[in-house]
Amino acid sequence: MSSLTKNTLAGLREILTRGDASSVEITQDYLAEISARRDLNTFITVTQDDALVSAKVADQIRAAGQASLTTGLPIAHKDLFCTKGILTSCGSKMLSNFISPYDAEVVSKCKNAGFVMLGKLNMDEFAMGSSNETSYFGPVKNPWSPTHVPGGSSGGSAAAVAARLTPLATATDTGGSIRQPAAFTGTSGLKPTYGRVSRFGMIAFASSLDQGGLIAQTAEDLAIGMQIISGHDNKDSTSALIEVPNYESLLNDSIRGLTIGLPEEFFDSRLDTRMQSQIEEVIRIFTSLGANTVSVSLTHVAEAIPAYYVIAPAEASSNLSRFDGVRFGYRAEKPIDLTDLYECSRGEGFGSEVKRRILIGTYALSEGYFDAYYKKAQQIRRLIKQDFDRAFSLCDLLLSPTTPSTAFALGEKSDDPVAMYLEDIYTIATNLAGLPGGSFQAGLIDGLPAGYQLTGPAFSEAKILNAAHKVQQVTDWHTHYPEEIRNV
Amino acid sequence: MSLSGADIQCVAKLARLRLTEAETTSTLSQLNSILTMIDSMQAVITEGVAPLAHPLELTQVLRIDEVTEENAREAYQMTAPAIKDGLYLVPRVVE
Amino acid sequence: MYESVIGLEVHVQLSTLSKIFSGSSTSFGASPNTQASLIDLGMPGVLPTPNAKVFEMAVKFGLAIEAKIGKTSVFDRKNYFYPDLPKGYQITQLDAPIVGLGHVNITLEDGTTKRINITRAHLEEDAGKSLHNSFDRLTGIDLNRAGTPLLEIVSEPELRSAKEAVAYLRVIHSIIRYLDISDGNMAEGSMRCDCNVSIRPQGSKILGTRTEIKNVNSFRFVEKAINSEINRQIDSIEDGQQIIQETRLYDPDKNETRPMRSKEEANDYRYFPDPDLLPVVLSDAFITSCRNSLPELPESRKARYMEAYGISQYDAGVLVADRDVADYFAEIAETSGDGKLSANWVMGNVLADLNQTGRSISEFPVEANDIASLIIRIKDKTLNSKTAKTVFEALLSGEGSVDSIIKERGLVQVTDTGALRSVVDTVIENNPHQVTNYRVAAPDKQGKMLGFFVGQVMKISQGKANPQMVNQILLDKLSG
Repeated sequence: MSSLTKNTLAGLREILTRGDASSVEITQDYLAEISARRDLNTFITVTQDDALVSAKVADQIRAAGQASLTTGLPIAHKDLFCTKGILTSCGSKMLSNFISPYDAEVVSKCKNAGFVMLGKLNMDEFAMGSSNETSYFGPVKNPWSPTHVPGGSSGGSAAAVAARLTPLATATDTGGSIRQPAAFTGTSGLKPTYGRVSRFGMIAFASSLDQGGLIAQTAEDLAIGMQIISGHDNKDSTSALIEVPNYESLLNDSIRGLTIGLPEEFFDSRLDTRMQSQIEEVIRIFTSLGANTVSVSLTHVAEAIPAYYVIAPAEASSNLSRFDGVRFGYRAEKPIDLTDLYECSRGEGFGSEVKRRILIGTYALSEGYFDAYYKKAQQIRRLIKQDFDRAFSLCDLLLSPTTPSTAFALGEKSDDPVAMYLEDIYTIATNLAGLPGGSFQAGLIDGLPAGYQLTGPAFSEAKILNAAHKVQQVTDWHTHYPEEIRNV
Repeated sequence: MSLSGADIQCVAKLARLRLTEAETTSTLSQLNSILTMIDSMQAVITEGVAPLAHPLELTQVLRIDEVTEENAREAYQMTAPAIKDGLYLVPRVVE
Repeated sequence: MYESVIGLEVHVQLSTLSKIFSGSSTSFGASPNTQASLIDLGMPGVLPTPNAKVFEMAVKFGLAIEAKIGKTSVFDRKNYFYPDLPKGYQITQLDAPIVGLGHVNITLEDGTTKRINITRAHLEEDAGKSLHNSFDRLTGIDLNRAGTPLLEIVSEPELRSAKEAVAYLRVIHSIIRYLDISDGNMAEGSMRCDCNVSIRPQGSKILGTRTEIKNVNSFRFVEKAINSEINRQIDSIEDGQQIIQETRLYDPDKNETRPMRSKEEANDYRYFPDPDLLPVVLSDAFITSCRNSLPELPESRKARYMEAYGISQYDAGVLVADRDVADYFAEIAETSGDGKLSANWVMGNVLADLNQTGRSISEFPVEANDIASLIIRIKDKTLNSKTAKTVFEALLSGEGSVDSIIKERGLVQVTDTGALRSVVDTVIENNPHQVTNYRVAAPDKQGKMLGFFVGQVMKISQGKANPQMVNQILLDKLSG
């Protein structure tokens, strides 16, 4: 690994500001690393030529004294953010030929901020998965252990950051798809409040749950990125008209007196003891920084998984109807009639997990079942939100493990969807309530990373990043990276 | 609630998904185990609880009525599987 | 005897500049797919943004039919696959429509009025168009129309004949034109009608199985389609067959309905609230401002015209149906000062011409002012009914003003008593037999015989003699 690519985003910003390296040099180093680590399968597309052109432009802007805080910094996008003129596959055969005619709002914002895009990152097909094994482009390997999954669905984003192939990656989180892979790969990931980041140009999985966010090495890097991608977008009706704070300037606020809630339901006997001791270590650090802890209850959190597995597939079944082989995407060969065109294009274009979820969603919305499934799930959703409201009347942030255990082995759960779904137990309720949540490094268990999760009230991203940053100031977990890389 | 192979075919038809025989069989047991998991929520008493459709209960902002789009047919149809004379082509539809 | 039970679903394209959920133009007739944006095409990742104007238009309609306005309305997805439906779902409103229960009054043939309840009216997006005839074994899809705003107006099944259905449809048409929320052009599809038809034995309270005739596109076809469907249902029942609930299409060439082959699969639309859109909450201030901007509506204008111009309910009903015609008539009546004569002229001549030529009042070549001048010249006895008709035709062919036509064609009515007396004398002199017969005839026969002499006088005067004066002079002379 080159000396440049081991830097954090904030570190690279300093290097550029000082003139120690140019954006072109930094970009070249990252492209070289990406090329050297093809084995991880983190990138679906590497936009080498475009990246070098953008880097050159960034250097010219800097030379002209017009650089912004982020001019010339590298970034890579999860392959469900539409990128004009570049393959946007969503990890699916269905879109394996889809050259997007437009840029997602998040992508435009990054471009306008001077970021240099390195490429598009691998992911579970249509963001449906917790292991990155459902990608049409093959699974992503966990840089900490090639026989383990990096988590999903933003597995490419997390693994690329962990392997130092990009300092910052966009990602999306519908039920834990940013936080779980961040935990599995020893990175920091933030899923913002629903409505904080525009969904325009993010290929939808479940519209009322999806939220774009970031994965990086540190909370500080997440703050730098969040400043760019946050804010209202009039192209997204569900994006919030709420002012964006200055995340970076709030990072160093004292957390003395901060009250951290520990949900009873997340610390019961089922929690792995080694995971528990890592989390207790995190709690000890928070306490040493002046924070208090309080036990709280999220009574309905157990029902979050069934409610989620109704709502998300129901919305997905409708969102994915547009993939019909007519205007874009995969089209079956020689259909005999219209029905055949639809059924074959969709039957052949979607992978089995996507088909499974479309079937569940279609069934849950079908006549006679709506009340028992969809309506019931939305009612439970309200109960869960009320649980969080009550909890946040007692504390500022909630702390829990991000995942029940560290990364599981490739293939371990791919035949058992329910076991896979249960992986999301700590993350999924946050999405149902639309709350912000971050996952941050909590050391290693048997050489594999563990993560802790902070969840806050709506629009408390600054507080989450502030708390995590304070911990990162006094720990070195976030500086660990896989042995394999260190030895190169 | 348990689904039969025929139920799956019926739902697949509604979703316009062609499933092979093998897919139907493997999907069947998986879907049934998922549905069993989902059914656990039936135990929760939700009487009188208003469904929550959006996490942030905000209201819709409306757009001013003005034409902001220009013709970009050529760019949008670059990615289309079958077009002619500006039209998207599909097998003959009978009304 | 059977009674028919009819309900209409009327789809009205709202005349906004841009689409309901995108900034694409809604103008008609553009080259295929040149008005289909990323959003209209349902590209991956795009999101809908609702147009404020459609809410204003829908609320105005709701107020016009005295309906309950849905202050919180929600958009739902109706899921089905069809090539003209790009996203695989239509954004519509199911449980919380913008307009709730309202009503309109229709006038029946016997002159009585009947109240028809309107269940609801909701906003939704239109689909694109499928073109079947351009390619061999293929259908072409044009998505220019996809996303055009529609207001779907659903009546209660309270219509009892095809004529009532048409009367209802005309009232709806009239209201949307008065409100200027749609051009209401059925030929271009800006107003389309689905007819739900069932029959039941007279006196029965149970509803029969209904069929739905889709997309009927003219007033005349609505009447014919419903009548042919009623007859088909009666024939089926009399033959001992069951009516099947199905969607049918009307074939104007054969004047019959036939089952639709597509879309007939038992559809399960899997409605659910569209998660890409939030509830639309309308303030009382907004609704009040809509109410304040409502124009005078056909019902109240009808009452006003009857009162102000002394015209019959029937005449007023005909004249106010089209707002532009009503304005045209009012200008004539005001300028000429004679409501009844104005009504006769507009209905008997102007509307007759519009019916015949198919043009609208805005395309009619004669200004209201000219018709008013014509009526003034009738009233001051310059013209009689015959010469007036000649002037009207000259106006139609653009021969100038009323007075210049009268002058150039020498049509001034003869009202000079001396001149008329001498013409009457000539007629009496030339027709001695008729004079003798008249004088010996019984008084009740004389009236009819007088017509012969009037006709002779008019012939000699080339139609210019004042008929009332001719009558009087003849009566005097013949009795002497």
